Amino acid sequence: MQATATKLTVDGLSKTYRGAGGGGNVTALRDVSIEIGEGEFVSIVGPSGCGKSTLFNIIAGLVAPSSGRVLLDGDQPDDLLGRVGYMPQRDMLMPWRTVLDNTTLGLELNGVRKKKAHQQALAEFERFGLAGFEKQWPAKLSGGMKQRAALLRTFLAGRELMLLDEPFGALDALTRAEMQQWLLDVWQEDRKTILFVTHDVEEAVYLSDRVYVMSGRPGGISLDVEVDLPRPRRAEVTMDPAFLDLKQKLLKPLEAAVADPGRIGDGPAAPGSNR
Amino acid sequence: MAPNSKARRIGARVLPPVIFALIVLTAWQLYVEWGNVRESTLPPPTAIAESIWDNRTMLAENAWVTIKEILIGFAVAIVIGVGVATLIRSSQKIERAVYPWLVVSQMIPIPAIAPILVIWTGFDMRPKVMVIALVSFFPIAVNTIDGLRAAEPELLNLLKTLKANAWQRFRKAQLPAALPFLFSGLKVAAAFSVIGAVFAEWVGASEGLGYLILVLNNQTATTDMFAVIVVLALIGISLFLIVSLIERLMLPWYYESRQVEAEGLELEPEEVA
Repeated sequence: MQATATKLTVDGLSKTYRGAGGGGNVTALRDVSIEIGEGEFVSIVGPSGCGKSTLFNIIAGLVAPSSGRVLLDGDQPDDLLGRVGYMPQRDMLMPWRTVLDNTTLGLELNGVRKKKAHQQALAEFERFGLAGFEKQWPAKLSGGMKQRAALLRTFLAGRELMLLDEPFGALDALTRAEMQQWLLDVWQEDRKTILFVTHDVEEAVYLSDRVYVMSGRPGGISLDVEVDLPRPRRAEVTMDPAFLDLKQKLLKPLEAAVADPGRIGDGPAAPGSNR
Repeated sequence: MAPNSKARRIGARVLPPVIFALIVLTAWQLYVEWGNVRESTLPPPTAIAESIWDNRTMLAENAWVTIKEILIGFAVAIVIGVGVATLIRSSQKIERAVYPWLVVSQMIPIPAIAPILVIWTGFDMRPKVMVIALVSFFPIAVNTIDGLRAAEPELLNLLKTLKANAWQRFRKAQLPAALPFLFSGLKVAAAFSVIGAVFAEWVGASEGLGYLILVLNNQTATTDMFAVIVVLALIGISLFLIVSLIERLMLPWYYESRQVEAEGLELEPEEVA
């Protein structure tokens, strides 16, 4: 990978939630540092409850960290809200808007005129596999199409960094594989910077330039692995010995974390963490 | 959808209740005729229909009085109901202070305070409108309160990351999410408003369908009383249908989502709300 400018720097981030009703404090994140280069596809894998979602909410500007900094292009912005594209786990399409009007939500809030926003969105409908469904209500879409519509909404909001929180987590295996391939193709064309959260190691390796492993509670980064498999990637790569090696390497700290009850307890889930 | 299959689907929904009603009415008619039941006890449906036709002018005049009361009372209930709901949802402190009393207020039997309203305001239209508004506003308020809570926190967060301010979040997410709930409340309130109108007129009135029932009751004119009841029911049904029609026009997405669900296409129940 060629040297690129750093898009996102997360520096020593920690988050502690005050325990409610006399309960103890819950530390969701402890000293998390990550870095993502311009145009890089980076994944974070970790078991549920490891604080992935808290980390995402902090980077998106929804939650303030207890300590640490988030830098964009090397600067610390006053407000992260509106700087980062954010796609929550569930599609969150508004049932009262047509698919087209859902995808233009970000443009609309940016003050772009409806007609122009529609033009801009329609130009992408083919590539996002939504052609012919412009005027439909989201309820009529399949699970995969809903996720693509949500992705288009995030994409059209025009942020340079996109956070995708387990976007394919709820899909069946076949649709999921299709969507991964599709996402790779789309990303290959635009090279947007993507931070992708998943609990599926194979998905992380297949999609990413680099993978961070998060483990434990409180969540911390326990591994940072470069994925130097050639691009563009096809499904065959998952049989490659290099791919399997990487998978093995990533699974080890995860298994250790799951096996050690001291690190992954049955304690109360931190608010804002995975449901 | 082909118009033919649409017509068939509507037929499939309309026909069974109509057939059921015809069976019940026929059984009623035969029971009265063969069982030697006196008309002052239970008049046959044909006699009721005849009474409606014979008294059509009187029924229409009095129905108009009651309809006016209901429409004004219903409108007041919507304003108060939505207003109270918005106020309660505007701050947690107000919600904590007011919500329990809103529920307690429903423990008061409203018809029982109708005479007091008459003492306060006299025999004109005002006490009737107030009783109707009082019985109808509660389902509207409670449903709207639930509706204003219905927007998903994740959606509101998403809007925040898109730089939406509080007004935009309300306008684009919380309000549209609340509308199906508001309409559920309106449908319940439509039924309540007719009950309220009859009670209010019993307490003190010189015209209207509720008043007519009292007068006919004194004369033991059972058949004519049934005629009035039929007209009252028709008013309630019409109000309900008008609310449903407005709902369908205003919320096509809601109506169609429910249809998708009914047809068993893939749709998770939580997405329907």
